[in-house]
Amino acid sequence: MSGPAKLFQGKYVSTDRRVREDPRFVAGHGRFVQDIDRPGMLHVALVAAQAPAARIVKIDPSAALAMEGVVDVIDGAELSAAVNPLMNGLDTPKVQRFPLAVGQNRYAGEWVAAVVAETRALAEDAAEKVRVETEKLGFVIDAEQALEEGATPVHPEHGSNLLLDRTFDWGPVDEDFARSDDSLKLRVTWGRNSTVPIETFGVICEWNAWEKVLDVWASIQMPKYADQIARALKLHGNEVRVHYDVDVGGSYGVKRGIKQTVLAGYLARKLGRPVRLIEDRLENMRSGDAHGPERIFDIEVAFDRDGTVNAMRMRALDNAGAYAGRAPFQLGKPIGAIVGPYRINSVQYRAMSVTTNKAVQEAVRGFGQAPTNYAIETMMDRVADHLGIDRLDLRQKNLIRPDEFPYEIPSGSKYDSGDYQAVIAKVLEQGDYDGMRAERDRLRAEGMCAGIGVAACLEPSGGNSSFEPLLNPANRTSTWMEGSRVNIDALGDVTVAIHTTSSGQGHETLAATVVGEVLGVDPDRVRVVRPDSLGSLPGNSPVGSRMAIMLGGAAANAARDIIRQAIAIGAHLMDADPGDCSYDSGTVIGPGGAEIAWTEIVDVAHRRFHDLPKGTNPGLTASFIQQVPTGETLPKDGKAQMYPCYSFEFHLVLVAFAPVLAKPELRRYVIGHDCGTVINPHIVKGMTLGGIAHGIGATLLEEFAYDGEGQLMTQSFLDYLMPSSHEVPEVQIVKHCTPSPLTEFGQKGSGESGYLGSPAAISGAIHDALKPWGIHLNKLPIRMAAISDAIAAAEEKGHP
Amino acid sequence: MKAAPFDYLRPGSVGEACEALAADMEARVLAGGQTLVPMLAMRLSRPSRLVDITRLEELSRIDRVEDGVAIGAAVRQCIALRSDIIASDVPLLAAALPHVGHPPTRARGTVGGSIAHGDPSAEIALAATILDARIMFLADGEEEEFSPEEFFIGPTVTMAPLGGLLTRVVFPSRPSGRVGAAFHEIASRRSDYAFASTGAQVVLDGDGTCTDALLGVGSVGDTPVALDVSALAGTRLGEEDIRGAVEAALEDLDCVDDLHATATYRRRAAAQLAAQSLRNARDRAVEETA
Amino acid sequence: MKTELTINGRSRAIDVEPRMTLLDALRDAAGLKGTHAGCEHGVCGACTVIVDGDAVRSCLMFAVQCDGMEITTIEGVAADPGELDVVQDSFCETHGLQCGYCTPGMVLAAKALLAVEKDPSDEQIRDAISGNICRCTGYGQIVEAIRLAAKRLRESNTAAMEAGE
Repeated sequence: MSGPAKLFQGKYVSTDRRVREDPRFVAGHGRFVQDIDRPGMLHVALVAAQAPAARIVKIDPSAALAMEGVVDVIDGAELSAAVNPLMNGLDTPKVQRFPLAVGQNRYAGEWVAAVVAETRALAEDAAEKVRVETEKLGFVIDAEQALEEGATPVHPEHGSNLLLDRTFDWGPVDEDFARSDDSLKLRVTWGRNSTVPIETFGVICEWNAWEKVLDVWASIQMPKYADQIARALKLHGNEVRVHYDVDVGGSYGVKRGIKQTVLAGYLARKLGRPVRLIEDRLENMRSGDAHGPERIFDIEVAFDRDGTVNAMRMRALDNAGAYAGRAPFQLGKPIGAIVGPYRINSVQYRAMSVTTNKAVQEAVRGFGQAPTNYAIETMMDRVADHLGIDRLDLRQKNLIRPDEFPYEIPSGSKYDSGDYQAVIAKVLEQGDYDGMRAERDRLRAEGMCAGIGVAACLEPSGGNSSFEPLLNPANRTSTWMEGSRVNIDALGDVTVAIHTTSSGQGHETLAATVVGEVLGVDPDRVRVVRPDSLGSLPGNSPVGSRMAIMLGGAAANAARDIIRQAIAIGAHLMDADPGDCSYDSGTVIGPGGAEIAWTEIVDVAHRRFHDLPKGTNPGLTASFIQQVPTGETLPKDGKAQMYPCYSFEFHLVLVAFAPVLAKPELRRYVIGHDCGTVINPHIVKGMTLGGIAHGIGATLLEEFAYDGEGQLMTQSFLDYLMPSSHEVPEVQIVKHCTPSPLTEFGQKGSGESGYLGSPAAISGAIHDALKPWGIHLNKLPIRMAAISDAIAAAEEKGHP
Repeated sequence: MKAAPFDYLRPGSVGEACEALAADMEARVLAGGQTLVPMLAMRLSRPSRLVDITRLEELSRIDRVEDGVAIGAAVRQCIALRSDIIASDVPLLAAALPHVGHPPTRARGTVGGSIAHGDPSAEIALAATILDARIMFLADGEEEEFSPEEFFIGPTVTMAPLGGLLTRVVFPSRPSGRVGAAFHEIASRRSDYAFASTGAQVVLDGDGTCTDALLGVGSVGDTPVALDVSALAGTRLGEEDIRGAVEAALEDLDCVDDLHATATYRRRAAAQLAAQSLRNARDRAVEETA
Repeated sequence: MKTELTINGRSRAIDVEPRMTLLDALRDAAGLKGTHAGCEHGVCGACTVIVDGDAVRSCLMFAVQCDGMEITTIEGVAADPGELDVVQDSFCETHGLQCGYCTPGMVLAAKALLAVEKDPSDEQIRDAISGNICRCTGYGQIVEAIRLAAKRLRESNTAAMEAGE
């Protein structure tokens, strides 16, 4: 690569333009799946298992079926005879999963039967009348217990609770430990939380017997959704039609909905009527299978007295829940940034995924990166503490330097670009670090606990699925594309097609901005449409912070193809060589400065085939399928190029609390953010602020907690506590731009920003505040009572 | 999450409401519904009939009565919060009300509903307990009166007479002298069920000596409790006085443990907030002109 | 049960089961889909509407309770199709939303605040929306939107007064 990428200067990209999706939402005219009424539509309510594990002896639906308005009741035996098991991507054939439990249930709340009725209320009435006779089985909730010899197997046929146990050795780990001056061990635990969108998952399926097609409207964010439904329902791929013009009420990873859709799709075909399954909040929390990672990190780190970190051994033990879901792969993605922004010479990483009798995990914002970043940054804090070095100095000592990019980390991923030092320097200055320290000391003098936390971390972006072939050699996927199409109509107006749903990321704005930029057309004049899945180009949906890179790349390249065609037409009209012509905002300019106007080009393209140059298609349309940059190879020797682009963020937080009440208040929050070229500043800002809020929840409030009986204690919003406007402070964002050399405009991803570092920073600030008592609280969420009780216990022992 | 079916009645008078409740022991009163409706939605409560009292004029008044301020069962919390009568005559309740829920729940939630529900973390219930308000029911055509201490017997368990209608709660008016009241609570989010809540009211004489002090703690145990801090009478409510009184008062306090807060935390927080409430109450009383 | 609601200034007679919430009645009986179900147990605020002048949670009221009441939903906020009111436009200006699901409730909570408080502090703004959970934005751009709307409303009032209206 030849030197750093240049800053992009555009007419529309990076400018302060409104987000085009917003007006319909502020007017209440979004179109969410719940807003769609189909004639004759039926409604589903679910019957949930009570015990964490029980053999299903008999399900008697007769009383339910006798009720007015009830159309059908099905159970797992019926469904599993008709559909294929859900894909899990691992090579674990005995861990089968169906939308309804088959033979036994494996967590409290798991769906054992579905009731279909004329209204949702009637379906709920009837669900209460379905008699489920069971025999309780042993169960296991804790990941470490699930690993023990003789532990109750969640899937007896599988033989153990281990879904995945892979150890990677990257570089001379043992040698690096041996040559280092010192080492230390730590354990940190990331509690089970999730993104919990305010809209639950919902789907409507309708089988059109005359067209032989299953129409699907869903609140979905899922790669290869249509394919997976077709496979499970034993349909041809072109017999499933997913409507992408459905607004999704938040997802941040979790709206995968395969089990719900397979269930609704089966019912729609069986009953010949549209079937709607909208989870209510209890169904969503207990049984929607949308929990996030729950992970214990055991880390050993080797370093020299001067603060140089040489090597790390990390074991990540993840509690997957009852079925594989996406949990194991969320241990794989962080391999692409396993050393964070640091030059760590060698790493041993052991990834363990274990089944327990808890609800199933789904992809959550960052796909496992947020827990890993929390572990790495906590490790850096501990090393600094241990050596008595300032935490910032320790980080500075180990950061990758700007002249080292592209930088290959031990696990084989190359970081594309960055200037971490510059971002940190800006934050310290613009965020007034000196003032913050003075404020901390002033608060301490007043008897408050006050601390500053920092976190420097990466957001790998441009999502692909390298973790799948890395963890499962039978999987040979390297393609992870996104398509876009640009049409110029006969009036010369521009329409861009995108081929996925969106859940607030502003893809319409992204596509319009990019195409407007390339074509030199005001983005407000660009129409954006979403054809259904059968009319769409291939794509992999907005996962892995990829759309600015992937949809942006596809749309830009399609627009460039339009320019190529326009130049060919213009050159032909001028009898010039296309290579001597150029394009500027619709006009084709010939060698001597002659101009052909856009209207003329369009006229030729749409009406005057006789004026078209040979070999040019009529109609001015272009499609482009963008493959993920760097996605040329499969993983090799346990090494992989994970996502192509690496955004950087640096958090600086001041936390204060009174020692007894111990309610952490975020007094100052500054984040430096570098995601390369920003397409729309409003959108990136919102992603970052929202990610921080999500991280505040993960650090202080949110947990799917199970009791000793295997019951979920936090299944409503009365107990699963999400940050409100009171808990999220005003945040100062410090911007920096290091363009990516791999993308169209130098853009990187930002969909996970904020979330990837705030837990580490806030937890670090709490620890800084607790330093006088020598307290470590190594499990998230950190509850107020834990802080206060720890202080009280330390004081009883005479600290500080 | 849909409620099980029920009948709905909007009676035209208190008498009609009482008749309906007496006729059907499975019927329940719908006042503000801010706690009841979620329970219905989760099917944790399944009444045969809801008797909607929210539009009964007789229950929607805040009146000065001989021994206090009578707040009708259908008075919404937002109205109580804006009431000059409550602000001037029942300062402790006025201090507690801003801590109740959020603006949209205060818009529908009622003072009476909060009492009737008997949640140990309800701010209004704690204020009633501290002030020893009178909880008035109509049952079988008779007026029945309960003290909070009798009425609240467990978490959401009360002595409400079967088929009875809570009609009003009479809060004693502030005593004469320089009175100060304060209310504090702590939760992980500001408007959540508190881990501990405290209220205090003190009376000072002309030269700043305490003549009476009241203290109560909610959210930590099964019911809100009034605590004895009569030892503060005769002191000047100095730091030592307050610390000693709080320590003694909380000595036998029962605290519960749950996912969100430990019993040890609740006790420590209650002690701290109790002292804070007493201090703030004192400071407010001092500001009152003798 | 026959119930008459005045929704966005228009009277509508509906016939619903007593157990039907105002939320479901607005969506399914009146066909107004802008009011959203988030938790259905009164915590998230996505279903916020204005009933007789107060922002309330429509999942915590039954439709039959609202007989004869004046209800404003998000559909009643814009003057005409395609014409946003000041609060809505301010949300667009600051991008005070992402997925749009909590947005109708947020806009109505903001309108309820601005109806009584012309110059709200940030603290008042945060308090007014504290019962509305947003998972996308972290609230920053929502607070900015309400701040901006308040400013614009004050300026337009001042301008109207100066013009002698």
